[in-house]
Amino acid sequence: MIKYTEEHEWLKKDGAEVIVGITDYAQAQLGDLVFVELPSEGITVAKGDEVVTIESVKAASDIIAPLDGEITEVNPKIVDEPSLVNEDPLEDGWFFKMRLANPSDFDGLMDEDEYKKLTD
Amino acid sequence: MTDLQQTGLAEWHRDNGGKMVPFAGYEMPVQYAPGVLKEHLHCRASAGLFDVGHMGQVRITAADGNYETAARALEALIPMDVLGLGDGRQRYGLFTNDVGGIEDDLMFARMGEALMLVVNAACKEADIARLQGGMTDCEVEVLDRGLIALQGPLAHDILPGGHPMRDMRFMDMIETELFGAAVTVSRSGYTGEDGYEISVAQEDVVGLWSKLCADERVMPIGLGARDSLRLEAGLCLYGSDLDPTTTPVEATLNWAIQKIRRSGGARAGGFPGAEVILAQLDHGADRRRVGLLPEGRAPMRGGTALYMDDTGGTPIGQITSGGFGPSCAAPVAMGYVPTAQASPDTQIFAELRGKYLPVKIAAMPFITPGYKR
Repeated sequence: MIKYTEEHEWLKKDGAEVIVGITDYAQAQLGDLVFVELPSEGITVAKGDEVVTIESVKAASDIIAPLDGEITEVNPKIVDEPSLVNEDPLEDGWFFKMRLANPSDFDGLMDEDEYKKLTD
Repeated sequence: MTDLQQTGLAEWHRDNGGKMVPFAGYEMPVQYAPGVLKEHLHCRASAGLFDVGHMGQVRITAADGNYETAARALEALIPMDVLGLGDGRQRYGLFTNDVGGIEDDLMFARMGEALMLVVNAACKEADIARLQGGMTDCEVEVLDRGLIALQGPLAHDILPGGHPMRDMRFMDMIETELFGAAVTVSRSGYTGEDGYEISVAQEDVVGLWSKLCADERVMPIGLGARDSLRLEAGLCLYGSDLDPTTTPVEATLNWAIQKIRRSGGARAGGFPGAEVILAQLDHGADRRRVGLLPEGRAPMRGGTALYMDDTGGTPIGQITSGGFGPSCAAPVAMGYVPTAQASPDTQIFAELRGKYLPVKIAAMPFITPGYKR
């Protein structure tokens, strides 16, 4: 099951954790990514915290924590190769995994149909 | 974008995937579908086509019909050797102000008894007023024409076999015909690559563009890649790297001021700010524009402050333009530092998101230019 935020992030359940990335719409709006700075694994974050810095050819942007929780793993491949986020935003271009403080928060996010309405 | 002007190619850009943005009062394509990175790399590997029709094109002739009269009048406004310019040759120039600062940069060429100028879109009204006010014995005619730049190592191969543009040298200008359109062409550009800048009547601009674009080696290039290409080539962007408080010597544009206009030259001085500029040519300036290579992977953009060490304190200078250099596969930048810190390989620091990150002074250009000298 995949859920979406208004900040154009996707969240996918992966056992007790969720995987977080940005949507295809977001990568297209940002343009070619050239730099990604990921958070340290193990840090506790609150919804809205700026956890990732990305730079496209155009500008710098922040990716925020979609929900409260702990960052358990980050994807080092996108640091070495930021273009992975543009090429495969939903699979290889994921950003980080987190363990949610309140797993039920996940259910309150947008589903695919709701997200599609947002970007149409 | 109703208040914005459009070039003759605006509809073509919109019909062909151009992402339109406001730029210098014009609606211009920042990129097409392939995006900035691919457009940039394509231009360096093959050929790119740029709509630069927003720039100001000006033709100046003296009332007495003589080039010498027009050249002397322009020499009162810019510190360049205009009089000594050969017929069919072009030079880079700078409009200066009374304190030696730069009001705009421009290209100027001699075509017979006429001077042909290209000035920046954002400055063109001020430049035209400056020319009309300062060149009283001359007719200053603003040309409503299209301007297309064809740039890249294969630019020359795109042209029909035996075409006279193939025989031009860097900074030559000729009048000729290209794919049925009468054009005025210079072998120059803003990418660091070989190429041409082609002035064409408005009614022919879409036709010429379409014919050039029909060649599969040619890709249309937006303003995004135009900026990263010129940055890697070490070329200044007026308004970012040059402004009314920056002198030609601070900007390391000494090469653009020929000896004849410097102290001891036959036509030394006689342009706005000559006292300041000539003294700096003789004795140097306190700060200089330099190339900067951030040591990490993070792009550093215009406005980033520069420091002596990683503890911060008072900034010693500032990045004026910077970003990711696709051909360098690394961030590149340029900016101003005190002359004492301006030697290549000097390490300084830039503040990025609260951290002081190492940056090295580097020679420019960051790529090997392909100019056909």
